Amino acid sequence: MAFATESDPLNTERPVKISIRNVFKIFGDRPERALDLLKAGKTKAEIHAATGCSIGVDDASFDIRAGEIFIIMGLSGSGKSTMLRLLNRLIEPTSGEIEIDGSKVTTMSRDALIALRRRDISMVFQSFALLPNRNVIDNAAFGLEVAGVGEADRKRRARDALKAVGLEGYDNSRTDELSGGMKQRVGLARALAAEPSILLMDEAFSALDPLIRTEMQDELVRLQADRSRTIVFVSHDLDEAMRIGDRICIMQNGKVVQVGTPDEIVLQPANDYVRSFFRNVDVSQVFRAGDIARKTQVTLIERQGVSTAAALERMEHFDRDVAIIIGRDKRYHGMVSRTSLIETARAGGSDPYRRAFLSDIEPIPASESLSNVLGRVASSPWPVPVVDDDHRYVGSISKSTLLETLDRTS
Amino acid sequence: MTFDLGDGVDAVVNYILDNFAPLLDAVAAGIGTVTNGIQASLLAMPMLVGLAILVLLSLWRVGFGFAVFTGLSLWLVEHMGLWSAMMETLSLVLASTLVAGVIGLPLGIAMARSDRVAAVVRPVLDLMQTMPAFVYLIPAAMFFGLGAVPGTIATVIFSMPPVVRLTNLGIRQVHAEFVEAGNAFGCTASQLLFKVQLPNAMPSIMAGINQTIMLSLSMVVIASMIGAGGLGNTVLTGIQRLDVGTGFEGGIAVVILAVILDRITQSLGKERAGVWRLPFRRTARPEAASTATA
Repeated sequence: MAFATESDPLNTERPVKISIRNVFKIFGDRPERALDLLKAGKTKAEIHAATGCSIGVDDASFDIRAGEIFIIMGLSGSGKSTMLRLLNRLIEPTSGEIEIDGSKVTTMSRDALIALRRRDISMVFQSFALLPNRNVIDNAAFGLEVAGVGEADRKRRARDALKAVGLEGYDNSRTDELSGGMKQRVGLARALAAEPSILLMDEAFSALDPLIRTEMQDELVRLQADRSRTIVFVSHDLDEAMRIGDRICIMQNGKVVQVGTPDEIVLQPANDYVRSFFRNVDVSQVFRAGDIARKTQVTLIERQGVSTAAALERMEHFDRDVAIIIGRDKRYHGMVSRTSLIETARAGGSDPYRRAFLSDIEPIPASESLSNVLGRVASSPWPVPVVDDDHRYVGSISKSTLLETLDRTS
Repeated sequence: MTFDLGDGVDAVVNYILDNFAPLLDAVAAGIGTVTNGIQASLLAMPMLVGLAILVLLSLWRVGFGFAVFTGLSLWLVEHMGLWSAMMETLSLVLASTLVAGVIGLPLGIAMARSDRVAAVVRPVLDLMQTMPAFVYLIPAAMFFGLGAVPGTIATVIFSMPPVVRLTNLGIRQVHAEFVEAGNAFGCTASQLLFKVQLPNAMPSIMAGINQTIMLSLSMVVIASMIGAGGLGNTVLTGIQRLDVGTGFEGGIAVVILAVILDRITQSLGKERAGVWRLPFRRTARPEAASTATA
C-alpha cells in the first residue's frame, strides 16, 4: 500500500554515504559566466538569452545515507538524470563538491575515478544498454572484465550475480533473444557482479510493463536488504517512488525542492509543485478514468483455438482472480474470472473465453471523469476495465486504486 | 592576374624527387614486398586450389546458390585464359586493401575521437576521391617507377576514403548509452575503444572495407596503364587494338571478381563475430530465437 510507509528509526542514524554540497551543472560553452549570473539571481531564461547556457542542476545539497533506497523524482527536464550522472561523474559538475565515503569525487584523478567506478559504484540504465556483441554472461561480467579480473573468476562471479537476479541458464543467450524484463535482469546482474556498495539506477524499470515492473521493484528491495547497498534511483513514477523509496528527493527545474521520507513529503509538501505530485485539490474532478487505470490485471489475447488451461495458469502465476480478454488489435472483448473459466472448461465446447465472460461488467470510457465512475467501481465485485475511444483496453480500476487516488485529496 | 598553381606543383614534385629518393625507395620496397608477395603466392597456387578456396568461401559465407555461381564463373575465366591475369588483379586488390586498411582504420578512429582531426581529414578524403586518377598516376610513376607498386599506391589513394569515412561514422554512431555504460563500469579510453566502440562499429567498418575493395577493382584498368598488369592489361589491349571481344572478356572477368569479392565481404559485416552462419542450416538461429522469447 503506497502510503503506509514504515517510519524507520534507523533511517536517521545511518551514516552518510554520499554527500552533495552546492553542486551546479551548467550545459553550454560559457558555464562560468552563466554560473555567476545564476548566483546573482538571474532567471533561467535570462541566463539562456545572455550566454546560451542551460541549467541542469542548480545548487543541489543533500546527503544520501548508507543502505537506503534514495529516490530522485521529478518531471522530465527537472535535472534528475543529470543529478544521478554527477555522482559517478559521467557528467562533470560545473562547481560544488560530491563526497563518497568521505573522499571527494569531484576532484578525483581520472585513474581514481575509474577505480571507483569499477569497485564501488555501478549503474543500471533505462534502455538496458547491454552490449549487443556479447552474450548474457559476458555482459554480466563486463565490469569485472574491464577491471582485469581473470576469466574463470569473473565468469563465476557473473554467474552468481545472474543467479541472484533469477536468471539462470541463459549464460550463452544473445541479449536480443531476451524479453525486456530479462534484459534488465542482466543489466542488474552486470551492476551487481562487482559487489559495489552503491547502485545508480536511471529510470531502470520505466521501460518495463507494469506487472514486470512491480516484480523487479520487489527484486530490487530484496537485493538491497541482502547486502545493505545504497541505491540511488531516478524515477518519474510516483507509485514506484512510494513503493520502494526510503527517502525521496524532489527536483524541479534543476533545483532540489524537498528531501524527505514519503510520509513527510505527503504530509508537509514544500511547495505547490510537490503538492501537485501528491495531493490534488479534487482528484475525482481532475482525473479521468484513463488517468488512474492501471495495467496490473492479467490480459489474455483471444484467438482461434485458445485453451483455458494456459489462461488459468497465467492467472494462477500472477495471483489474479480475473483476467481481461482482448483481441489481437488490443480491443476489449470481455472479462473472465477463474471460476467462470473453470466452469466453461468443464462444460467443454468451443470459444471458452466467450462463454466465460462475466455478464455484469461494462467497460468505462477513458475520458469519463472519475467522479462519475466512483459508484460503479465501488459496487463492482471486480476491477472495472477502462477502454479508449476505439474500444482498446487501457487498464482497469480496482477499489484499492480508487481509494489510493482519493486519499491524496484529503 | 593569373596565378600559376601548376608551376608550384611541378616544383614540389621535383623537390621530392631530388631530396626524398631514399624515402621513396623505402616506401616502394615496402609496398613492393607486400604486393609481390601476395602476387607470387596467388600465382604459385594451382588454379583448382584457388577455385576451391573461393567456392568454399562462397558456400560458407553466402550460400549454396552463390557457391555454384562462383564455381561456374571461375571456370569460365579459366577457359578464357584469364586465370593468372585475374590472380594478378586480385593480388593488387588485396594489397591495396591491406594498405588502405592499415592506414585507414587508425585514421578513421582518430577522426571519430577528435572533431579537429575530422575537420582536417575530411577535405583530404574528398580530394582523394574526386581528383581524376590520371593526375596522380603520373607523379606516382615518377616517384615509384612502373609496375605493381605505383599501381597499388594509386589504387590506395582512390579506394581508401570509404574505409576511413565508415570507420569514423561507425564509431560515432555507436549508441551513446553503450558508451555511457562503458564509462560507468570503469573503462579506460582504450578499453572503451576495443570493447565497446569497435565491436559495435564493425558492420559499418566492414561496409567500408567492402567499398574499398570495390573501388580498388574499378582502378584496375587505369592502374594497368602504369604497368600494374592483370585483367586491366587485357582490357587495355582490347581497347588499343580495337578488339572488342578481348576487351569484353577482360571486362567480364573484372565483373566476376567484383561480384565474388562483394558478396563475400558483405557477408562478413552482417553477422557479429563468433556467430557464423552455417551452410544448409540457415533457419537454425531464428528458430532458436523464437523459442527463447516464447
